[in-house]
Amino acid sequence: MSPGLEVTGPRRAPALEVTGLGVRYRRTWALRDCSLSVPKGSVAALVGPNGAGKTTLMHAAVGLLRPALGGVRVAGEAAFVAQDKPLYESFTVAEMLVFGRRTNTRWDGAAAADRLAGLGIPPGRKVGALSGGQRAQVAVTLALACRPDLLVLDEPLANLDPLARHDVMRSIMAEVAERELTVLLSSHVVSDLEETCDWLVVLNGGRLQVSGDIEELLDGHLVLTGPDGASAAGTRVVGASRTGRQVTMLVRGAPPLDPRWQARRPGLEELVMGYLRSPESAALPGLAGVGA
Amino acid sequence: MIEFTLDRGSGVSTYLQLVHQVKQALRLGTLRPGDQLPTARQVVESLAINPNTVLKAYRELEREGLVEGRPGMGTFVRQGVAGATLAEHTRLRRALEAWVRDARAAGLDQEDLRALFAVVLADAAKEGVA
Repeated sequence: MSPGLEVTGPRRAPALEVTGLGVRYRRTWALRDCSLSVPKGSVAALVGPNGAGKTTLMHAAVGLLRPALGGVRVAGEAAFVAQDKPLYESFTVAEMLVFGRRTNTRWDGAAAADRLAGLGIPPGRKVGALSGGQRAQVAVTLALACRPDLLVLDEPLANLDPLARHDVMRSIMAEVAERELTVLLSSHVVSDLEETCDWLVVLNGGRLQVSGDIEELLDGHLVLTGPDGASAAGTRVVGASRTGRQVTMLVRGAPPLDPRWQARRPGLEELVMGYLRSPESAALPGLAGVGA
Repeated sequence: MIEFTLDRGSGVSTYLQLVHQVKQALRLGTLRPGDQLPTARQVVESLAINPNTVLKAYRELEREGLVEGRPGMGTFVRQGVAGATLAEHTRLRRALEAWVRDARAAGLDQEDLRALFAVVLADAAKEGVA
């Protein structure tokens, strides 16, 4: 259990730094007052309900939109794979590689060809004839061929079967093991991210709720179960739910003294859900404020 | 070489599962001094987990003096690890098997055995025996 309540900031140099970011579409703010930093070499999960601002944050990170307020800094080059994995249906896989070489200044075509061969994707096959998993692999391969320092993936696992999801994550993780690559990927299936991500960013309604190292976040929180009326003094309550006489709470800090509580470490999904259900709570570096 | 597996529903953090599996393999003699552990990339390619998790597990094993990282070569089981306990394994296992037979004859089932073993282990830890 970590001794303090603070979620510590990154100790490694940041790969992505967002300060006071605000993005507005006409009169609605898609993102407000968003400050976070993702350390180099991490695999960061960006989670939140639909309309939370995930895609907006990713677009801002890779320079696809100009923020109304604040700024974004990427250490090095960023590559982006959009959710619909835009590829030309009538191109063959080999033609996509040629297209990539002509449209990018940094391009490692040999590595991309090797990667596709390793995945067993035939270069002569038309993109339109590939399976969903293969299309995802081709899109990720094209992004990696730009030799990015930051790889940003919008819902890379959406619409893929479990086997294809596993294969896509395996090949992204292998790339992270090879060189210092930072990954930011969004998903609304938190269970897909449990073993692959080490950094968590939670957005909710255009605001940043959580940003931090996943192990530290999980070590710093407890799920308490006990009778209604038991005292949780000394902890900071993120959210609570009641069923009859029993209360279940997600809290930050050391276990409470009241012996009627049963305490355990939360899972990633519980932590994320706990925050999403209590939009007024936050766990941010250097920010102790947790609403009760 | 050891091949890691992952119990995704166990609630035990991934890096601890890797640590436990190496320790278990050392106890059972499937990993021996001088053996190499798989590289982070190899583990990641089979399990689709974060490479930092593998490195964290290896750092923990190194901190406990069980393995050593050799720069540019990989991570290896250290000399002189687990040898003494392994020699006693057969004798202790026989004794435990006899105990299990005895307990079964007395009418205890699998769950009873586990509970009894866990209690004795916990008591021994409290008294500083184990």
